[in-house]
Amino acid sequence: MARPSAVGIGPDAPNTRLGEEARVADFFALLKPRVAALVAFTGFVGLWLAGGTVHPFLAAVAVLAIALGSGGAGAINMWYEADIDARMTRTRSRPVPAGRVSPSAALGFGVVTATFAVMTLALATTYLAAGLLAGAVLFYVFVYTIWLKRRTPQNIVIGGAAGALPPVIGWAAATGTIDLFPLLLFGLIFIWTPAHFWALALYKAEDYARASVPMLPVVAGQAETRRQILLYAVALQAFALAPWALGLSGALYGTGAVVLGAGFVALALALWRRGTVSLARATFAYSILYLFLSFALLIVDRAVGR
Amino acid sequence: MPITDQHRRKRGRNLALAGVLVALVILFYFMTLARMGGGGS
Repeated sequence: MARPSAVGIGPDAPNTRLGEEARVADFFALLKPRVAALVAFTGFVGLWLAGGTVHPFLAAVAVLAIALGSGGAGAINMWYEADIDARMTRTRSRPVPAGRVSPSAALGFGVVTATFAVMTLALATTYLAAGLLAGAVLFYVFVYTIWLKRRTPQNIVIGGAAGALPPVIGWAAATGTIDLFPLLLFGLIFIWTPAHFWALALYKAEDYARASVPMLPVVAGQAETRRQILLYAVALQAFALAPWALGLSGALYGTGAVVLGAGFVALALALWRRGTVSLARATFAYSILYLFLSFALLIVDRAVGR
Repeated sequence: MPITDQHRRKRGRNLALAGVLVALVILFYFMTLARMGGGGS
């Protein structure tokens, strides 16, 4: 598998002792811990909502495995995208482009971590959950990172499927099956992802343009991106309210989803009209809070309703 | 031979790897106990 030539990294880079300076913290950073934390949390919610009879220790192992699967995929992503990361101010201090971890070490670490995560999930829970985790990792690496990222502004739309799978994986870990509820949560994250990433891309458009990544603001402009964010924020409400409308969750979640969704749509509307950097930043920050609170509400609602 | 900063880093990484291996042994031990106890799904 050929990797694009990197700028300032790799064996030809000025730093001939590349990777020898690597610290444990650098390998931890390769796991994209903030992303892995959100992935683990949504996976935990899927597992919790399934309400199976899985042993608490095995449930904890399952959540850890989901996080490590995400982390392994993130490390492989950082190996492949080191040339892009080196050109972007947001990412150029990452371990590989900064020369603290060699590309081959990042790749090896990612593959070992992801493989370990899938095998552990299979041993601790169900083969279905492990298969889904393997699918998510492979989809993220081959479909999103290698195929779509550099080719189309729909990269994060389609690629978002990988990040949307954890609730389904958690559910499958607890029950060995897939049901409507986790599929709705998959839809929620899937539709949330473009609005989330495009808000970031709005104020990092120069970075993406410099790295030749065809993110929507680079290809279609700021106005079209703001319009798309609004459309996705509105469409998101269908999936956010569906668990309540279908009787899968209670009024507590339903009320919270309405309030959180109204906030998201209001921000997206303001961003569409005015398009300031501060509004783009606010929309990005709110989108993270929105997803976290929505899933937290699902847990609280189920706990109260039991 | 003087202990350089590089040696210290390598030792830190080796200790971290040893810690990971010990953690894996403990992890799989308790996973087996939990599964044998009928706690699997």
